[in-house]
Amino acid sequence: MCGIISVIDRSKTGMDGSRIKHALSLMDERGSGEGAGYAAYGIYPDYADYYALHLFFNNLVEPKDKVDEILKTWGEIEYEEEIPTIEQPDLRRTHIPWRYFFKPDCTLMPGSTTPEEDIITMLVMKINTSVQGALVYSSGKNIGVFKASGWPETVADFYQIEQYEGYIWLAHNRYPTNTSGWWGGAHPFNLLDWSVIHNGEITSYGTNRRYIESYGYTCTMFTDTEVVAYLCDLLGRKHGLPEELMVRAFAPPFWDEIDRMKEADCSLNTAIRLTYGSALMNGPFAIVVATADGIVGFTDRIKLRPLVAAEAGDRLYISSEEAAIRRMEPDLDRVWMPKAGEPVIGKVKV
Amino acid sequence: MSIGSIPIKFKVRIDPARCMLCERCIENCPYGTYRREGETIVVDSRNCVACHRCVAMCPRDAISIEEKPIDYRSHPLWSREAREAIYNQARTGRIVLAGMGNATDLPNIFDRLLLDACQVTNPSIDPLREPMELRTYLGKKPRKLEIKQGKDGDIELETTLSPNLKLNIPIMIGHMSYGAISLNAQLSMARAVSDLGTFMGTGEGGLHPSLREYQNNMIVQVASGRFGVDIDYLERGAAIEIKIGQGAKPGIGGHLPGEKVGPEVSQTRMIPERSDAISPAPHHDIYSIEDLKQLVHSLKEATEWKKPVFVKIAAVHNVAAIASGIARSSADAVVVDGFRGGTGAAPRVFRDHVGIPIEAAIAAVDQKLRSQGIRNEISVIASGGIRDAADVTKAIALGADAIYIGTAALIAMGCRVCGTCYRGLCPWGIATQDTRLTQRLDPDLEWQHVANLIRGWTLEISELMGAAGINSIESLRGNRDRLRGYMLDEAMMNVLDVKPVGA
Repeated sequence: MCGIISVIDRSKTGMDGSRIKHALSLMDERGSGEGAGYAAYGIYPDYADYYALHLFFNNLVEPKDKVDEILKTWGEIEYEEEIPTIEQPDLRRTHIPWRYFFKPDCTLMPGSTTPEEDIITMLVMKINTSVQGALVYSSGKNIGVFKASGWPETVADFYQIEQYEGYIWLAHNRYPTNTSGWWGGAHPFNLLDWSVIHNGEITSYGTNRRYIESYGYTCTMFTDTEVVAYLCDLLGRKHGLPEELMVRAFAPPFWDEIDRMKEADCSLNTAIRLTYGSALMNGPFAIVVATADGIVGFTDRIKLRPLVAAEAGDRLYISSEEAAIRRMEPDLDRVWMPKAGEPVIGKVKV
Repeated sequence: MSIGSIPIKFKVRIDPARCMLCERCIENCPYGTYRREGETIVVDSRNCVACHRCVAMCPRDAISIEEKPIDYRSHPLWSREAREAIYNQARTGRIVLAGMGNATDLPNIFDRLLLDACQVTNPSIDPLREPMELRTYLGKKPRKLEIKQGKDGDIELETTLSPNLKLNIPIMIGHMSYGAISLNAQLSMARAVSDLGTFMGTGEGGLHPSLREYQNNMIVQVASGRFGVDIDYLERGAAIEIKIGQGAKPGIGGHLPGEKVGPEVSQTRMIPERSDAISPAPHHDIYSIEDLKQLVHSLKEATEWKKPVFVKIAAVHNVAAIASGIARSSADAVVVDGFRGGTGAAPRVFRDHVGIPIEAAIAAVDQKLRSQGIRNEISVIASGGIRDAADVTKAIALGADAIYIGTAALIAMGCRVCGTCYRGLCPWGIATQDTRLTQRLDPDLEWQHVANLIRGWTLEISELMGAAGINSIESLRGNRDRLRGYMLDEAMMNVLDVKPVGA
């Protein structure tokens, strides 16, 4: 089932994590206490030029040595620390959350037009597949993911998320089915700038995974949401599709509809379906994807999962439930139900 | 020493209590199994091939046919087939010919793959209530789209797509030539595919003028004999297929015996009447992948880059590497024909022993193309032994874009898989050019049977997709997570990249 909520302040005014914690906790009915998580953009202004790598370590001996060595080979660690946490009675600490602020050495990736991102992507894949007991689950600049196995309020208190101020927040309350409620399986999922929260199940996972793996991504977290982050990176960053078209590839109009479109639209949509057929996502889902520039929410093509959007001033909210949005902001200018496959886009003002 | 006669294969019995001496069995059997003597029908069982034409036409259900009525002394190694092949070759000193597909008792992989369905965590989709999309495009697809965003936010597409074939359903009918099968059989299938919005192949037999009304749904074939090929033929086809190999007989060519080359076949194939039509192996101008690339290029040039070009190869051990070479040419699709693929005639030793199963071939081809990042460069069409909607669904889940059927379409028109195609006396009017036999096949009726079959499969595939929570064929393609191996060994599951049942 799962519950999701996201907010963006388009004027980039910071919001601390206390309200989203209450909103997510309101949807406890949608979870099982086995996974919750938050992502926030703009929380590390002092290290804005560094990639904030969040890792779960099983211990600080072998896995950390190996990760340190890999990172030092590929760049420079500006600062590192254990992510501050406060023990919670109903949360069992199975990993040690750690963060590095890291700058990759671009000269080590000649021939790439985006060497920094390519190095980070490569390092994430390398550490997650080759270092036992280490998992990178957040790797963007000036953003951070905070997640664990527990109820939304417990996880929020564990990481003290009210201490962080971000202009975009994503939050997710998990009811695990496909994989056990381990920390790495909690949402949000992140790669570079991209973070994803997802309610539902992607029945096209096998197709999407085979597609994305042929572009050098490796799925390591045993859950279908992970591919969404990688697909966004491929289509949005590497192929440079604007958000609308990226969502169109993920949840395209039906052929019946395309056939009725005007010629230019028809050929654009046909081209998207032909080129990105393997990126089409099937099954019941509601997803919110975020980058530093904004958030995009959308559902599957027949809207088998709920998604509601609302606006209040500069803030745009996307959530599974209107009640959760109203917990954050009782006084809304507009509330609406997006159609199946229709993206809700909130971009920061430039 | 005399070998003597070998035991009869079939024992035909007529129940005199039911027989009314209508002589339909005599009329219908082209093999001379029946004759009338006074008030009885006399049977020569040795002539029977079990085509069931007499059984189907007998108004009183008076005929019964028993297979292998006389047993050899049983032996696990020296099977009946092994012994009979030896008697045959001891007499003739020739290659043993056989028809239809592989007849050995090898395990079928499709039967050991099980499909998935959704429950609770994930709702199944009801195709009666929700759209279910099976539309498939065959041809090159760009790796990525180039778009330009105007100042007013307008999006302009800069990428030009290559011409693709648009199929309403991912099921086509494979290449069976005029000559190998009758014109009426071709006409029936052509009308069916054109009604359904899919395609069929001409085979290497040219395009008979009466098929031109269906040419927009026909794929013309260029094979090593180049029979029937001229610019008019190429331009009429919706696509062009170069035939390199065939699953039933990888590595060898084809041979249409002169007795099947009557005036019509002769004109359509552009060869003299009564001359043997020999398609050599290999193509005399293709001795390497670059040569194939040149032929693809020439055909593209000849048709002004308007037509997709397919390349058909037999599923052999290094099929994946060959497919990856083909993907690097201008070819739009590779057809992979598995070792169960049918044939009018093939040396038995090839039909039963050369090549690999289509399931493994598709898995290997899809994997190789993906690992090289060129899967979008080419569509993959699977063929060879596809029997029903479940086989189609599994082939697509393994990675095929579309499939070809052959034998299944013939069965829809009456074929009983007796495997005697090579004798040219097909009592169902399919694998024959004898007008007395071909007139038995009425295209106005049989096209509906072929169309019904494919329509029925389409409904079943839609239901299977809906049950799997998928409403678009793209999301089934290569979705091996929706397959599980049952009683397959671990090495095979690694090749197929599927998990075992329960995992």
